[in-house]
Amino acid sequence: MNNELSAIEKTVLSDYKYGFVTEIEADEAPPGLNEDTIRFISAKKNEPEWMLEWRLKAYNHWLKMQEPNWANIKYDPINYQSIKYYSAPKQKKKVNSLDEIDPELRKTFEKLGISLDEQKRLSGVAIDAVIDSVSIGTTFKEQLAELDIIFCSISEAIQEHPELVKKYIGSVVPITDNFFSALNAAVFSDGSFCYIPKGVRCPMELSTYFRINAEGTGQFERTLLIADEGSYVSYLEGCTAPIRDENQLHAAVVELIAHENAEIKYSTVQNWYPGDKDGKGGIYNFVTKRGICQGAHSKISWTQVETGSSITWKYPSVILKGDYSVGEFYSVAVTNNHQQADTGTKMMHLGKHTRSRIVSKGISAGVSQNSYRGLVHVGKNAANARNFSQCDSLLLGDKCGAHTFPYIEVKNNSAVVEHEATTSKIGEDQIFYCNQRGIDTETAVALIINGFAKEVMNQLPMEFAVEAQKLLAISLEGSVG
Amino acid sequence: MLSIHNLHASIDEKKILKGINLEIKPGEVHAIMGPNGSGKSTLASVLAGREDYTVTDGSVTFAGKDLFELSPEERAGEGLFLAFQYPVEIPGLSTTNFIKTAVNEVRKYRGEEALDAVAFLKLMKEKMAMVNIDQSLLSRSLNEGFSGGEKKRNEVFQMAMLNPKLAILDETDSGLDIDAIRIVANGVNKLRNKDNAVLVVTHYQRLLDYIVPDVIHILYNGRIVKSGPKELALELEERGYDFIKEQFKAEA
Ligand SMILES: Nc1ncnc2c1ncn2[C@@H]1O[C@H](COP(=O)(O)OP(=O)(O)O)[C@@H](O)[C@H]1O
Ligand SMILES: [Mg+2]
Repeated sequence: MNNELSAIEKTVLSDYKYGFVTEIEADEAPPGLNEDTIRFISAKKNEPEWMLEWRLKAYNHWLKMQEPNWANIKYDPINYQSIKYYSAPKQKKKVNSLDEIDPELRKTFEKLGISLDEQKRLSGVAIDAVIDSVSIGTTFKEQLAELDIIFCSISEAIQEHPELVKKYIGSVVPITDNFFSALNAAVFSDGSFCYIPKGVRCPMELSTYFRINAEGTGQFERTLLIADEGSYVSYLEGCTAPIRDENQLHAAVVELIAHENAEIKYSTVQNWYPGDKDGKGGIYNFVTKRGICQGAHSKISWTQVETGSSITWKYPSVILKGDYSVGEFYSVAVTNNHQQADTGTKMMHLGKHTRSRIVSKGISAGVSQNSYRGLVHVGKNAANARNFSQCDSLLLGDKCGAHTFPYIEVKNNSAVVEHEATTSKIGEDQIFYCNQRGIDTETAVALIINGFAKEVMNQLPMEFAVEAQKLLAISLEGSVG
Repeated sequence: MLSIHNLHASIDEKKILKGINLEIKPGEVHAIMGPNGSGKSTLASVLAGREDYTVTDGSVTFAGKDLFELSPEERAGEGLFLAFQYPVEIPGLSTTNFIKTAVNEVRKYRGEEALDAVAFLKLMKEKMAMVNIDQSLLSRSLNEGFSGGEKKRNEVFQMAMLNPKLAILDETDSGLDIDAIRIVANGVNKLRNKDNAVLVVTHYQRLLDYIVPDVIHILYNGRIVKSGPKELALELEERGYDFIKEQFKAEA
C-alpha cells in the first residue's frame, strides 16, 4: 500500500494569488493594548459614551480571562502587546459616495475581483468593503433604503441607529463569552451591520468583503445582523490578506438574530493567507459566530468554505430558542501544508420541535491537521428535537490528519440525534481513471474534491459557487502529482 | 497504428509481461484471450500508462509516437482509450460533468476549441442513442451505485463520446448477461470504421460472437503463445485453456 499514494504525497506550495500589499498611508494606533488604546479607538470613531463603557467593561473582563487551549491546534503564544489594534487607510478627504474612494483602494478591490462600481457589480449583490479596520464603503445603499433595509458599517450604525445597536450588540455573544470575543468587544474597529424590517425579503445578496492590508495589525471586525419577523436575508462574507511572514490575528465576532418566521442564510468564503509551505506566516483566524433563532419557525443557516488561514478556530452556532426553529451548518474546510483547522458547530436545542442539520466536509493535504468539533445539545424542554450530523473527511496523502469530535448532550428523551462519519482517501485509481480520459491530475483532484464537497457547495448563493469551486482547487494546487 | 515490440513489464520486481509483440493496423479488431492471471489487464494498464508498472524492456509506438514518452492524459489525447475492467466511482461528480471535462480536455490537447453546452448536449444525445444508455444514469454520480452492466455501458458511452483511434476493452463482457453483452457489442460495432482499431481483452469466447475479431492472440504467462483467425476462439472454447497450459508449461 506504500506505493499507492506516493504520487499524492509530494506537497509543494500553492500560489496564493491575493498576496499583494497596497501602498496606502494608514492612520494607526501604536502597538499595545491598554485602556488608552480603547479610548483612542472609540474617540477615532466618535463613539457615544455607552459604547466606550461597553468596550472598557469587555477589556477589564478580558484581562481576567485565559486563552483557550482545548482546541486541536498548536501555535506559539501571541504577544497581545505587539499588535496594532487600529489601522485605517488614510483617505484624502471624507467620501460621500463610492465614486470618491482613493483610487489605490479601488484598485485593491479590483485586483481581488471586486468592483465597487455599482453598475459593474454582479447583479443583485450589495457589498460592504472593509480594509484593515474600517469600512470603506457600501454599494446599493439607496436601493436597499427604499425597503427600509439598513446595510452599513457598524461604525455608521452606532452613529445612525444607536437604539438598534444598543439593543442587540452582545445579546448573542456576550462580552464574557470567551477570550477572543471579549478581546473583540474591547477593540473592534469596524464590521457590517444589517437590519431587515418586518416582512421584507431582501431582494439582493448582501456581502461584506474583508481585507487585512497593513503590517503588524490585528483585525477585529464585528458583524451584527437582525432579521425581524417574517423577513429573509442571504449574506456572504469573503476575506483575503497579503503574504507576510509574520502571523496576524483575526478575531471577529458575528451575531445573528432571527425573529419569528425570519430566515437568515449566512455564507462565508474564508481565504485568509494560509502561510507558506513551511508553515511560516499566515492568519490566526479565531472567530466567534453565533446566531439565535429567537422566534418560532425561524431559521438560521451557516455555510462556510474555509480554505485559508494558518490556524482556524471557529464554530458557527445556532441557539434554537423559538419552537419549530431550524439550524443548519454546512462546512467545507480545506487544510494544506502546515495549516490547522479546528472547526465545527454548536446546535443548542432549547425550543420544542427544533431541528438541526450538520454537514461537514474536511479535506486535508500536506502535513495539515483538520478537526471537526461539534456539539449537539438538547435541553430538557426541547421536546421532539431532531438533529442529523454527517461528517466526512477526505485525505490527500498520509502525512495529514483528520479528526472528528462530536459531542452530544441530550436532556429530553423524545429527541432523535443521528451522527454519521466517514473517512476516505483520494485513490490513485480514481486519478488514473481521470488521466485515462485525458484529464490531468490537477483537474482530476479538483473534480474529486468538488464532488466530495458538493452537498455544501450547493448551499452557496449561485454568484459565489463558481468562485468557491475554483478556490478549493487552488488551495490544493500542487498537493498531488 | 499500434506497434508493440518485445515488451517486458513488472510490478514490485515481479515479472508479468515477458516479451510481447503485437501489430495493430487501422480498421482492425484484435482479441486477446487467456486464462486469469496471464497478464491481459497488465498489458492494458501498461499501454494506458498506469504508474504502478515498470516497463523493463521493449518499445511501443502509437500513432507514430513513442508511447512511453507520453503521460496517460497525453495518450488519451492521442486517441488511446481504455474501457476499464473495474471502473472507479467518484461520489458527487456527475457523470455528465466528468465526460464533458474529458471531452474538452482531449479537444484542448488536439488544439480544438471546447464544446459549448449546446454542442455538447447534441453530441451526447447522438451517442446515447448509439450505445443505448439512459439520461438518468448520466446525471448520477460517476459509477456510484451503478450495476455491473451500467458501469460497462458507461465505459462504452465514454468511448463513443471520445471517439478514440484505439479502444482497448478490458473484460467489458465480464459480469454481463447475454442481452447486456449484445447491447455493449452493438455499441462498439457502430463505432468501428476504417480509421480506428479495437483491442478486445476477454476471458470468454462469447463476446467475440458479437464483436468479430480479425486476429486472436492467446496470452499465457506474459507471452503471446499463439495467434490465429477467429476460429481459434472456438477451439479454445472446446478444449479449454488447459491444452494451452499443457503445451506451453515447459517454456513458462
Ligand atoms: N498490483 C499488483 N501487484 C502484484 N501483482 C499483480 C498486480 N496486478 C497484477 N498482478 C499479478 O500479475 C499477474 C497478471 O495479472 P492481470 O494482468 O490482472 O491478469 P489478467 O488480466 O490476465 O487476469 C497476476 O499474477 C497478478 O496476480
Ligand atoms: Mg484482467
